[in-house]
Amino acid sequence: MLPRELKPEQFSSYPREAKALAVENLAVLRELPLSFIPSLLHEVIEFDYKFPAERNALEREMAGLAHVSSAQRSELMQGFSAIRVSAKLEQFDWVNFPGQFVEQLSAHLWTTHQLDTFRLAATAYADRMRAAVPVKAPPVPRLGITVIGAGVESYGEPLFRKLRPHGAYFSNIAPENGLDILLTAVADRAKVHDSPYAHWYIDGGESAAHSPSLTTISYAALEPVRAALLRKMHAEIAKPGMGPEALRTTMAQLRPVDLGLGAPGNDVLDRFQVKLLTEGSGTQIFSTSFTQWAAREALRRAEPTTLLVRFAPRQRQKPMNELLSPDAGRAELDVVGSLIDADMGAYYNWLNQQRLPGAETAALLAWFEGHTSAVVIGPTVPRGTVSNKSTDMKQLLSWIV
Amino acid sequence: MKPFDQFGRDVSRSRREFLRDAAGVTFGSTLLRSPLARAAVVSKNRKVVVITFGGGARDQETFAPEGQGNVPNMMRGLIPRATFFTQVVNHGILGHYVATASLATGAYETINNFAGLPPENPTVFEYYRKELKRPSSDTWVVAPSNGFNHIGESSHRSFGPGLGARVILPKHLLTAAMGSGPADYQHLLRDNYETPYYTPELSGGEVELEQLENLLKLSVADFKTHARTLSSPDELSVYIAKQLMRQVAPSLLWITMHDIDIAHAGTYSLYVEGIRRTDQLCAEVWKTIETEPEYSGKTTLLILPDFGRDSDEDAGGNGFQHHRTGDPLSRTTWLIAMGPGIREGVVYDRPVDSLDLVPTIGSMMGFSASLSKGRPITEIV
Repeated sequence: MLPRELKPEQFSSYPREAKALAVENLAVLRELPLSFIPSLLHEVIEFDYKFPAERNALEREMAGLAHVSSAQRSELMQGFSAIRVSAKLEQFDWVNFPGQFVEQLSAHLWTTHQLDTFRLAATAYADRMRAAVPVKAPPVPRLGITVIGAGVESYGEPLFRKLRPHGAYFSNIAPENGLDILLTAVADRAKVHDSPYAHWYIDGGESAAHSPSLTTISYAALEPVRAALLRKMHAEIAKPGMGPEALRTTMAQLRPVDLGLGAPGNDVLDRFQVKLLTEGSGTQIFSTSFTQWAAREALRRAEPTTLLVRFAPRQRQKPMNELLSPDAGRAELDVVGSLIDADMGAYYNWLNQQRLPGAETAALLAWFEGHTSAVVIGPTVPRGTVSNKSTDMKQLLSWIV
Repeated sequence: MKPFDQFGRDVSRSRREFLRDAAGVTFGSTLLRSPLARAAVVSKNRKVVVITFGGGARDQETFAPEGQGNVPNMMRGLIPRATFFTQVVNHGILGHYVATASLATGAYETINNFAGLPPENPTVFEYYRKELKRPSSDTWVVAPSNGFNHIGESSHRSFGPGLGARVILPKHLLTAAMGSGPADYQHLLRDNYETPYYTPELSGGEVELEQLENLLKLSVADFKTHARTLSSPDELSVYIAKQLMRQVAPSLLWITMHDIDIAHAGTYSLYVEGIRRTDQLCAEVWKTIETEPEYSGKTTLLILPDFGRDSDEDAGGNGFQHHRTGDPLSRTTWLIAMGPGIREGVVYDRPVDSLDLVPTIGSMMGFSASLSKGRPITEIV
């Protein structure tokens, strides 16, 4: 089927708000090329379970597409229209399974050497939309905090090497009560600038005591969910003919209730957590991978104004089948390896925060937990500087918040 | 976004500047064409060893200034004695099996990366054996077991069955040797980081267990004892490759590494550890080439990754973890060539295509890769 043949009843299986959004924009959808529209529907079909920031972004994108003439829309889509799509893909039920279509389209783009063309089209489209539909800066400058190295007694190599050129490195901070001070600062911001899903705390282990006003995810709290997921993966893989693509499809269809989540009123966060485990790579087995991916996805999707990420030790590497076994037992930890993972994760948190509106006013603090070194980045912090001056966490925060 | 060509030039420039400072190498573009450079004439005795620096590695963890600590053996030991190409571009599909198959055929393969199918175009092994009438024992592939068992022989109707390389899958061999006592060896059987549950049925020309003794001159007991001293699948692969070089001495040997691909699990420390280990293993293979009488003085070693990994700057990816965006950094890699007749300490920054490998080997060994889409790399043939 081609987009021009779309009818309202074809969205009947969409959740309520998603269906309304699609039907309301049907005239626009009909004019979009097949290489583009399933990516958009992949977002639309999840509309009811999206964070406020991404709902707003999707509505703005739809409005941006609707408010131009057909000729302008056609010109906007020129790059995508040039993509050759196979007859097999045309016949796929891309309305009801847009995510699977996108995966198959991706494979098609690789095999037909059209990936570079698609990348150029996507980049050009994003640039045009950004220019046409300006995004709003956050109500308060964003603050990112990354805490790394839990459980590491000493480490001789330099840390924060990738972050240091962007801010000031401190080597003599008082570590006492550091985490409490940071969590209090985050809670204070949540109190003053209250907004749904605006202030997050992600912990790679067990979460520390924190304000209930924070959106919180902890790897330890998800342990039963991970175990349920691993059991399902084992069961699926044992089925004859099961390959990686089929497994990925099965995992993508899992709902919170399938994994023991699904408390009333928690739909959005539950689905987010399930996606972290079913769509993330390595998130099921390594807490550092989970923490980095959770932070990345929280920033990309929820666009929080405050995000505190604390990495915890991950299990040591073992054979993959053993790592994925639901009966693996208590794992031996790799604290130094986890520190190295987290050091890179802190840099990625900064990069991902910089991709959001208001990047020029955003600030970041990264701290080696329980130790005296930290780096702070912000609009007023001199870049690439080092300080040996004795200071504490409150003072560090005061320079960037 | 920078145009691809511009990005490629920037990548090339940064590598070139670094290599000149660190290793005292010379730019190939500044050299006059010397008759000595053509001394690498086709020889009946010439041998070629190819190592794919497996799993995809980026500049910043290898040859960029901040990555040099991860590849000390290549920086200090190999590159000063090699010709180094800073810009090898893979325009194909960035999946490990299909990309390795493309390297081995000199044509961009489009086979399903996870289906365990043979390449559709003739492999370098088939060209070599058919044209030079060489026995199967003269071409070997040592490869990780995740679907690579078909890498030695294509489905092409003019080549294919009976003309390919013999394939040895060390992990498969170890599994067979372990019998019912796997506990001490599981760390050597790690596989399939991208799709951990996918383990295709093995069939085809891999070495059977009894050949361990007959071919590699290794008893099962000795093999198991030595395996216990190793720490990764790639170490096991190199151990088998060295044994193969001593006992069989194939003229064309292809070793595919894979440890680095642990990056898909998202753990930066394990990814870097994989690079360091692969760097050390490359040096070990070169040392074996230099010391084994069957190889010393007549062997060309070619080392190249199958491709890179996504850049930190591309918002569509997640940095080092994957190779899914198709961005320039994930497509741009490097090539080390060393051995008799190849200039030492020379760097070329002109773009080379991944497909050029097969016709280059053809020129070195005296056969025509007639269906390959690449061109011989003139600087090293």
